[in-house]
Amino acid sequence: MADLIGRDFTPPDIRAKVTGRAKYAEDFRADGMLFCRLLKSPMPHARVRTIDTAEALSMDGVIAILTADEVPKQQGPANNILTNEPHFVGEPILAVAAVDETTAQNAIEAIKLDLEPLPFCLDPLESLKPGGPNARTDGNTIVPREGVKEIKWKSEDFIATDEGKLPMGEPTTEWSYGDLEQGFAEAALIVDESFVTASHSHHSMEPRTAMAYWQNGKCYVHGSSQSQAIVLPGLANYIGIEPEDLVYIAEYCGGGFGSKGGAYPTMAIPAHMSKKTGRPVLMRISRAEEYFLGSARPGFQGHLKIGFREDGRMTAADLYIVQENGPNSGFGDMGSAAGAVSIVYTPHAMRFRGISVLTNTPPRGAQRGPGQNQMATAIEPLLDKAAQELGIDRVAIRRINAPDSNSRYGANQGPITSAHLREALDIGANQFGWAERSTRSGQRTGSKVIGIGVGQAFHSAGSSGFDGLVRITPDGKLHVHTGVGNLGTYSYAATSRVAADVLKHRWENTVLVRGNSSHHLPWNNGQFGSNTSFTMTRTNYAAAMDALQKLKELAAIELGGEANDYDVANETVFRRGNPSRYITYAQAAQQAIKVQGAYSGYETPDEINSMTRRAVEGLVGTGLIGVARDNLERRGTVPALAAGFIEIEIDVETGRIEILDYLGVADCGTVLHPQSLANQIKGGAVMGFGMACTERHIYDSKWGLPGGVGFYQAKPPSYVDVPSEMDWAAVGIPDPQNPVGAKGIGEPLMGCAAAALLCAISDALGGHYFNRTPVVPDMIVNAFMGQEQSHRPLQVNTQ
Amino acid sequence: MSDTDTFEAAQTTSASAHAVSDSDTVVIRPETTPEWSRRNFIKGVIASGVTVSGAVYFGPALAPPQPLSAQGVPRLITLNVNGQTRRVDVLPGETLAMTLRYKLGLTGTKLGCDRGECGACTVLISGTTHYSCSTLTQRVRDRKITTVEGLESPDGNLHPVQQAFVDELGPQCGFCTPGQVMSAVALLEANPKPTRAEARVAMSGNLCRCGAYDHYLNGVMRAAGESQNG
Repeated sequence: MADLIGRDFTPPDIRAKVTGRAKYAEDFRADGMLFCRLLKSPMPHARVRTIDTAEALSMDGVIAILTADEVPKQQGPANNILTNEPHFVGEPILAVAAVDETTAQNAIEAIKLDLEPLPFCLDPLESLKPGGPNARTDGNTIVPREGVKEIKWKSEDFIATDEGKLPMGEPTTEWSYGDLEQGFAEAALIVDESFVTASHSHHSMEPRTAMAYWQNGKCYVHGSSQSQAIVLPGLANYIGIEPEDLVYIAEYCGGGFGSKGGAYPTMAIPAHMSKKTGRPVLMRISRAEEYFLGSARPGFQGHLKIGFREDGRMTAADLYIVQENGPNSGFGDMGSAAGAVSIVYTPHAMRFRGISVLTNTPPRGAQRGPGQNQMATAIEPLLDKAAQELGIDRVAIRRINAPDSNSRYGANQGPITSAHLREALDIGANQFGWAERSTRSGQRTGSKVIGIGVGQAFHSAGSSGFDGLVRITPDGKLHVHTGVGNLGTYSYAATSRVAADVLKHRWENTVLVRGNSSHHLPWNNGQFGSNTSFTMTRTNYAAAMDALQKLKELAAIELGGEANDYDVANETVFRRGNPSRYITYAQAAQQAIKVQGAYSGYETPDEINSMTRRAVEGLVGTGLIGVARDNLERRGTVPALAAGFIEIEIDVETGRIEILDYLGVADCGTVLHPQSLANQIKGGAVMGFGMACTERHIYDSKWGLPGGVGFYQAKPPSYVDVPSEMDWAAVGIPDPQNPVGAKGIGEPLMGCAAAALLCAISDALGGHYFNRTPVVPDMIVNAFMGQEQSHRPLQVNTQ
Repeated sequence: MSDTDTFEAAQTTSASAHAVSDSDTVVIRPETTPEWSRRNFIKGVIASGVTVSGAVYFGPALAPPQPLSAQGVPRLITLNVNGQTRRVDVLPGETLAMTLRYKLGLTGTKLGCDRGECGACTVLISGTTHYSCSTLTQRVRDRKITTVEGLESPDGNLHPVQQAFVDELGPQCGFCTPGQVMSAVALLEANPKPTRAEARVAMSGNLCRCGAYDHYLNGVMRAAGESQNG
């Protein structure tokens, strides 16, 4: 079947990207369009006493002001659209619409805002201390199924904090499997360390601009999102309408990395403002605003106690994570981090405890490898430390603990679909020349020292139960309707090729329908969680199989016999054993329109989602409709696994790191699109290098003001920070629970690179473990000189 | 959304028209003249060949076009963009990115940061790369401006850099791509056979959060080869 799968192709949207024709949210215009700007909180936590908008409203060109009272109030600690009690610097309080942006901004400046400052918190551990500040008036943590609560630990919990040991008081989440005590008793070596991973921003190149207008009772929104169909329910809810009354257009997305996975609150502001003014409204989000409200990865203050046998096998892992969650509901990074430990190292016994603490810093959300990648940066160097103490090679200690397809995942020790991390390590070690390169560890030339590293990461990368929709029109074209989104990996296209393959249809004669909810798109999962390759190959396969069956039945109606007597080739349905008896796909489409019923969308399966049903209703009688829910078998978690190998050179006098070489290896099952996989492996590595060495939140602790609100401050890597050429490989063993053997991969490609780089730094420094991410140049110089670090143990938001 | 709405908005606000630029720099309040009217504006536009599309979206929406601003800078100016002469009404403090995107309909030039950090807005001015977000339009009168829209040949063939970026799958999300393309075009015009190291430095003013640097560099090197062959 795999004529198209595994081959490179030119994605249909790439030409528009290189010519500038690709239209992102800020590229749309409408007659009479107003511009909208936000009045944002200058304080980390405050309550609005009064707002005086008289002067602003009297300014020429100011059309309207939208306040928190006019937009749907969000329940509990959810992210607000607008608010009268801001919980972070830059939280939107109100919006102004004017005939041009300058006027809108000037009106913002003219508004007199009186805020009552409230206590704020930037460091989770401070909040957990007796009498410590709470980020919200109703508490400092979110207890699962209970909501916002106040939890304070005892003074004695903090006794060893100054020495750098994480206090571990009452958690809000706890699970374990196996016999932890037994595991530690069997251990020949116990590594017992606290660690810090910094919060950091997403830095999507396209700020989250949105434009909206209303027409004939429907709201049209041009937004920036990774996903398409999955955005609708959430965005409709933010606007206060039914999903069927929303037309959502998002053909291109200028990067999201988790921060634009679903609907987000600011996306709804132009829609509300447009309703209020009766005119189209564009709201540009500035780069600084992107750092305020554009989401961020939660930082961890954590503790790991790990037991190893003499051969390096992990007998027990005891993990505690204090997650910095921002002020709102945040994201479940800490649980995912624990899951990652369970599957990447398969410890015989494991316990996880965690507490997610609210802070008055940007609302947290998923960022590429949420939890798993922080975990990789924290635990992988500790694996090296164990290997060093046990006298084991660093690849070998990873091999002995690596999962296979019979390994189990997480708290419930549930099954997985396939895992080939050991193969990835073997391929990588061989291709990278690990054994030979390892001999260069610590070699010094002048002030430059060589470091070698290997890192691993995981993400759960597949879903199921969504709908596929394909259509063959009377002109013989195959249309694959995809509601998945376009986050930039081209996987929307690569996974659509499965439908063409099933139907033996030429790719050049296949049309992808996407990017606009009025184009009859099915209910699909979003482009997040590295799930598209697994999930969408299944849905497109299911829909194409439905179309295939209908083609055969239509041929039988036309030419006699049973559906099973027919097969397809060259966009025709022919009688087996008598290929001269055939109808073309074009004829079959006409036949489908004539016969009606399920063939051309007059009837739909009961089990499909209402969004898919509406899509089919819009296509009734236009051709042969293949539509189906993905009911293919799936038992368990779909592991995306990756290993990275790196060689670096550190200048120990300046702390500067030059990455000399990098190889990323993916366990993603069947490779759908090699060129795109290569780009993901290398691009993920670039993000990982930033995570390891430069990117972090910094705060002024007195006023709670963020110091990283520009690229130059928050430091995503540039061309000259990363190698100009990198290498890649894939294991390529098909996953048995996907029709083409595919699994997702995007997220661990970042974590494995970050971990490898941190391990290489420690290697170059002769086994100095920072237990902190990022490792910035002054930390390297201090470590090399044997000087004290400038940050306190467990401190967050450091330079 | 109709012309009527726009017209009415203009009517209701034109009596005390003013335009104010970013508060930290320049404030301009051109006088409103009783002679000004929408009709005369359109007549003037037609006479001068000004592109009106987009004129209401930014900055001077309230202000009638003026031959001279209060600071003595002509507002109706001529730009040479992608080989075409474009007449356009430009405020003294207006950036080239805003003129291109909101007045000339050239939205291929992207705004990633609007403050000279990311390079998504890179255009060529007399063959040299500039961040158009940090370039005043008034400063580039009589200069040759090239945007990403100006690279394709009239018969629709892509510029060798664009084609190489397609062939090497340079873009991921694509938002930084127009800027990357423009930097690569400028590099190859100045140095048709760069080394990869030279290309890396030449491209380093263009951030890509997807991290597609390796693939973009493959594209630059491929285009350099193709240019030589061609």
